[in-house]
Amino acid sequence: MVDFLAQRVAISVVTLFLITLIVFTGVRMIPGDPARVMAGTDADETGLQEIRTKYGLTDPLPVQYLRWLRLALHGDLGESIRTRESVVKIVALKLPITIQLAGFSLIIAIGIAIPAGIFSAVRRNTVWDLLANAVSLCGVSIPSFWLGIMLILFVSVRLHLLPASGFVPFFQDPLGNLQRMVMPSFVLGAALAAVLMRQTRNSMIEVMSANYVRTAYSKGLAERVVVVRHALRNGLIPIVTILGLQMGALMGGAVVTEQIFVIPGFGRLIVEAVFTRDYPLVQGVVLITASSYVLINLLVDVSYSLLNPRIRVKGTADGG
Amino acid sequence: MGGKIGNPAAARVDGLPSETALTAPARSRRTWRRALRRPPAVAGAAIVVLFALMAIGAPYFATGDPIRTSWSQIRKAPTLAHPFGTDDLGRDVYSRVVWGARTSMQAGVLSILLAIAVGVPAGLVAGYYRGLTDQVLMRLTDAWLSFPFLILAIGLVTILGPSLINATVAIGTAATPTYIRLTRGLVLSAAQEDYVHGARALGGGDARMMVRHILPNIFSALLVQATVSIPAAIIAEAILSFLGLGVQPPTPSWGTMLNTAQQFLETAPWMAWWPGLAIFSLALSFNLAGDGLRDFLDPKDY
Repeated sequence: MVDFLAQRVAISVVTLFLITLIVFTGVRMIPGDPARVMAGTDADETGLQEIRTKYGLTDPLPVQYLRWLRLALHGDLGESIRTRESVVKIVALKLPITIQLAGFSLIIAIGIAIPAGIFSAVRRNTVWDLLANAVSLCGVSIPSFWLGIMLILFVSVRLHLLPASGFVPFFQDPLGNLQRMVMPSFVLGAALAAVLMRQTRNSMIEVMSANYVRTAYSKGLAERVVVVRHALRNGLIPIVTILGLQMGALMGGAVVTEQIFVIPGFGRLIVEAVFTRDYPLVQGVVLITASSYVLINLLVDVSYSLLNPRIRVKGTADGG
Repeated sequence: MGGKIGNPAAARVDGLPSETALTAPARSRRTWRRALRRPPAVAGAAIVVLFALMAIGAPYFATGDPIRTSWSQIRKAPTLAHPFGTDDLGRDVYSRVVWGARTSMQAGVLSILLAIAVGVPAGLVAGYYRGLTDQVLMRLTDAWLSFPFLILAIGLVTILGPSLINATVAIGTAATPTYIRLTRGLVLSAAQEDYVHGARALGGGDARMMVRHILPNIFSALLVQATVSIPAAIIAEAILSFLGLGVQPPTPSWGTMLNTAQQFLETAPWMAWWPGLAIFSLALSFNLAGDGLRDFLDPKDY
């Protein structure tokens, strides 16, 4: 098991290293002179030269990369061209908003998808199963931003039930915060719920046909006990992996959702940074997103290798 | 069912149980019957074909010029002349939705073709040669996959600049690692099959093994993956255009149309209805067809 963990950690470190290379190269491929962007349009040649030497832009690329990497490892991702604030500070301010949104979406998605998936699997090929499948297929196909716009149209514009957009911090106005978070969380959670429901159903169908489940039934145990105590524990393992892998979709979805509902979070920050050509900010945000995705999935793998003896053993037996 | 004497298809299967002894026309009839047993999938495929026709024949389907503005027709509710209403510049929403199909289909299909063109050969090589090549390719794929699909696409559009072609390239690039992974996995199991060992024993070279013996056997799985990634790519194009990073005005695109529509939800909700409904129905049809195709190609299902 130590081998398995060491291997997973080593792979993650290599992946993180490659991510930094990709992000660094990507930003260098953006057309235009970064010195000119920093100096503004009215700078003369000596001013540009000054900036180039100050930020080390005349050094060879590998030197620039190592310097950038060293600073990044110390938590310094440079400063925004536009506001001159540190990128880490800007992100730290925006992140809690997106974490709240993502957390609510996750709760909504899990709350809908897992019970529906289990029910569908247990009552396979009934009307309810068909209905649940149809709803989840629609959920996968509906563009989240259109769902958001339609919710605003009906819930806010027509029925005046909830505010259409905006954000207030929870500690300033808890009720106002929740009112404004309901629709975005639902929109972001719906897509995730659709994927999760289909996976839960598949995984549960597989588990329900296993011998130990048949044995449990033939012992005369009630269906509820068989499903919850025997099938669910094994059926949920692949779901946890899927959940980890879906974190990327959740982060991408947050970009769109925050745009529609005018929530000043991490996702809106990315779009703003792209539009204002604020390269250090784009670079930092992309780096943070990709790294946290790798770390989340490492944690997922590690945590259930601790829970599931079969994965531990397999990991050491064939070296993955 | 037996077929005429001298029919090569019948002669070849002579002596096999009648189940497999079908002539070519009978086999295709049976294939049709199996396909028609899945009405949702057939309906999905039919709607996909309809959208494809609409994309190809946009000038014939549209009733008006999708980019001609008319100041006297601003944000008019649906009428007979403008069945989907008009937008904030007086343009016919129906014609714009029709032309938008071309944009969406183009972005969805071309981006996935790009992902296949890069991802499948890479996956074949990684899965076939294993070893160091495989390790290097897979670590790169891992890193690539760590960028959330949409965020990678947004980042690439920043580098390339916003346009339909660049959005297509960005979506295709973001979808590529999935194809590398999938192909590699399929190759790993296909390469263990007896027919591959047999072909190698007969002296087949590497390229021949990959292209003639492995690729045809993993083709159906790749096709199923394509039918689920095309709708995702179509939605991604709409999102990029919605954010202003894809198709630039005045070219009609469902995403840009929804972006404008959001400002007029109170006064002109029809502007938001139709482009969204178009994306939804096209994506749903692709997914239905893809689901059906997966069951259809599953040998266990015969």
